[in-house]
Amino acid sequence: MARIRPTKHPMPAQPPEERIKNFDEVTHGYSEDVAVQEALRCLQCKNPRCVEGCPVGIDIPGFILKIREKDFQGAIDILKDKNSLPAICGRVCPQEDQCEKLCIVGIKNEPVAIGRLERFAADWEARHSKAEVKPVEATGPKVAVVGSGPAGLTAAGELIKKGYRVTIFEAFHQPGGVLMYGIPEFRLPKAIVEREIEYLKKLGVDIQLNVVVGRTITLEELLTKEGYEAVFVGTGAGLPYFLNIPGENLNGVYSANEFLTRTNLMRAYQFPKWHTPIHIGKRVAVVGAGNVAMDAARTALRLGAEEVTIVYRRSEAEMPARKEEIEHAREEGVRFKLLTNPVEILGNEKGWVTGLRCIKMELGEPDASGRRRPVPIPGSEFEFPVDVVVVAVGQGPNPLIPRTTPGLETSKWGTIVADETGATSIPGVFAGGDVVTGAATVIKAMGAGKIAAEAIDKYIKSKQKEEK
Amino acid sequence: MNKIIERQDLATSLKKFVVEAPMIARRAQPGQFVMLRVHEQGERIPLTIADFDRERGTITLVAQEVGRTTRLLGRLNEGDYILDLLGPLGEPTAHPEGKNAVCIGGGVGIAPVYPEAKELHQKGYNVTSIIGARTSELLFFEEEMAAVSNELFVATDDGSKGHHGFVTDILQKLIDEGRPIDFVIAVGPIPMMKAVADLTRKYGIKTIVSLNSMMVDGTGMCGGCRVTVGGEVKFTCVDGPSFDAHLLDFDEQMRRLCMYREQEKMSEVDE
Ligand SMILES: Cc1cc2nc3c(=O)[nH]c(=O)nc-3n(C[C@H](O)[C@H](O)[C@H](O)COP(=O)(O)OP(=O)(O)OC[C@H]3O[C@@H](n4cnc5c(N)ncnc54)[C@H](O)[C@@H]3O)c2cc1C
Ligand SMILES: Cc1cc2nc3c(=O)[nH]c(=O)nc-3n(C[C@H](O)[C@H](O)[C@H](O)COP(=O)(O)OP(=O)(O)OC[C@H]3O[C@@H](n4cnc5c(N)ncnc54)[C@H](O)[C@@H]3O)c2cc1C
Ligand code: SF4
Ligand code: SF4
Ligand code: FES
Repeated sequence: MARIRPTKHPMPAQPPEERIKNFDEVTHGYSEDVAVQEALRCLQCKNPRCVEGCPVGIDIPGFILKIREKDFQGAIDILKDKNSLPAICGRVCPQEDQCEKLCIVGIKNEPVAIGRLERFAADWEARHSKAEVKPVEATGPKVAVVGSGPAGLTAAGELIKKGYRVTIFEAFHQPGGVLMYGIPEFRLPKAIVEREIEYLKKLGVDIQLNVVVGRTITLEELLTKEGYEAVFVGTGAGLPYFLNIPGENLNGVYSANEFLTRTNLMRAYQFPKWHTPIHIGKRVAVVGAGNVAMDAARTALRLGAEEVTIVYRRSEAEMPARKEEIEHAREEGVRFKLLTNPVEILGNEKGWVTGLRCIKMELGEPDASGRRRPVPIPGSEFEFPVDVVVVAVGQGPNPLIPRTTPGLETSKWGTIVADETGATSIPGVFAGGDVVTGAATVIKAMGAGKIAAEAIDKYIKSKQKEEK
Repeated sequence: MNKIIERQDLATSLKKFVVEAPMIARRAQPGQFVMLRVHEQGERIPLTIADFDRERGTITLVAQEVGRTTRLLGRLNEGDYILDLLGPLGEPTAHPEGKNAVCIGGGVGIAPVYPEAKELHQKGYNVTSIIGARTSELLFFEEEMAAVSNELFVATDDGSKGHHGFVTDILQKLIDEGRPIDFVIAVGPIPMMKAVADLTRKYGIKTIVSLNSMMVDGTGMCGGCRVTVGGEVKFTCVDGPSFDAHLLDFDEQMRRLCMYREQEKMSEVDE
């Protein structure tokens, strides 16, 4: 066998200077030839370690072999056996921490580009598959799904395939959760998410928009008055955290959620054609260094900001964002002020942001998370001028459902307490995704939705037996 | 999609809609609001539930046309549909102790104060109401307010009806007369609510106001509606919209409401 190519086949992409002027997807995806070539880099391990790294246990060598054999439909069938949203996961999974992290090829060289191959297969299917989606004959008991993010969508898909009559309740006027309102178009085209939702609708899933469970109707009412046998709660972690420093309520300070929702869901980048406005500064500071922060920074550039700076209190090594997104952000000209912590947002007499006051940090002893804790360097404070600040320092679960559901156990972080099957403290109420784990990943939310669907099936069947 | 079954022009640029919304009507309480969208490319805006009829399954909205979305709403007629309607949102107003209430509504704020007065009246409180507007033409709900108040006072800035002056003049008079007042609920423009708060603070009268912060989702996920109450940051959409007026930072709210002035002008040009 020829020597293996040491690096992944590069991903074709829009050049940085062009892409910062539009919201189109940054990367184009592999061609068939390149995909087959990349598939050849996989050693087809007998004991594939990559699979251990995938939260849903996809048969990775299996689908890659099919690509190698140019049996692309075969590849997608294997993927869909474990993952109902491969076009999404292939794009947004933090592969370098999951499947690709454990790939054998990665020990000496770059690992196999598993994510890119997954995306390739899914995109191929979208372009070529002509299979008609047939509605499922769902005549079983009714199950409610609250929230239409990846957790809820997956649970709904699995449940209807088992014959349950499924209704999704979603607070927003559009389904999709973070996939629609958070992750930007240039990283995850909305048409892909819409396609997955269309698929569920065709299967027969009923989606009720503009319903906030806890306000419009309570969880209890769903289980009693409305006759749902079980409920899956996948309401995510949508409550934005702030820094609690002076100046945070000045005009021009946004939570990342607000900044991204205005842009993605409400399309403020097309204002005034779309009616929701956004304030675009010349100089933007984004606080934090996760995926959310990178998305906000790159969105600000595309909205027309001249200078965008990421402000992060730890160092490069601790930045939680996907590696690819950090690289993309750098290429696009986002600046990084690392080991820097904001202490005050400065404003003028009219209440608008004018600058950010920060303190330099250094890394001290490791903390509970095992990461070295940043400590402020006395006397190192400095200021720099900005006119928009986006706070992207994390999110927690929205307290609305726990507050209006007596007996639903939550943790001190506000997450719903659930066992490994998703069962909560209330019989018939299951939960999964970010609302249980705190802000995590798309694939983990999906996995949780799938497991909970199994558990709901078992729960309803055993209840039916008892009643007989 | 929710059907408009009744529409009425209360005054120029002031419209009342009765909308079919059984799920919302079933749980609505005074102080709560809805978020709505009336256009495929439209903004989400909050409006107070000015009345509700649980049996008929309807809610009443009163909207003042101030910008693009409220104007688009104003063009809708009976039989038309509101594209998206979400609610009831916010916490119902919690009433302070005592049986003697004064309800004050200024301008379009008469709409949100009406369900408050109505509920208090039904519960047997002694309700004194004061409503005001720039001019008599802009007054509405006079009969409705009278029906749920033990006494109703009217004020107009130009003197075209009732007292010539502000609602606070009447409140001051009531206080001077030594009437028993346990608490005040005031809804209207920020300067009015601030003036009421400044007045009642002097006399230690508990005062609740309802804020009209800028909102995106209305469910606590963006933080755009944040306000400072007693030094703490709150979200108007989930912690409010009713707050203790004596703890509120009105100036901050005022500034935040001006955030999109420039864009709002562009929006008008666009139409
Ligand atoms: C900007 C951003 C970028 C991200 N980038 C990545 C990435 O690159 N890779 C990755 O793996 N992960 C990423 N994540 C994280 C990932 O998106 C989440 O972990 C995932 O979406 C969680 O899914 P979920 O189904 O639990 O909840 P969500 O996606 O949050 O969906 C919850 C849904 O429930 C609805 N809801 C909430 N409360 C109620 C209620 N009371 N009644 C009715 N409906 C309700 C919400 O409106 C929402 O639609 C990112 C997150 C953000 C915000
Ligand atoms: C909880 C709550 C309840 C409300 N109830 C009612 C109601 O019952 N009836 C009603 O007519 N209005 C109510 N409002 C105000 C209403 O939401 C705004 O008037 C509306 O959002 C304006 O949208 P627009 O697109 O028409 O105008 P825009 O183009 O957005 O704004 C036009 C003008 O209105 C001002 N403005 C914008 N938003 C607000 C706001 N939230 N409050 C006050 N001024 C604003 C702008 O500064 C500008 O001068 C309420 C607001 C909240 C938060
Ligand atoms: S779902 Fe994510 S972790 Fe699993 S194989 Fe695909 S990219 Fe890797
Ligand atoms: S570990 Fe790497 S080389 Fe081995 S099967 Fe998985 S992807 Fe292929
Ligand atoms: S409107 Fe978004 S949090 Fe209140």
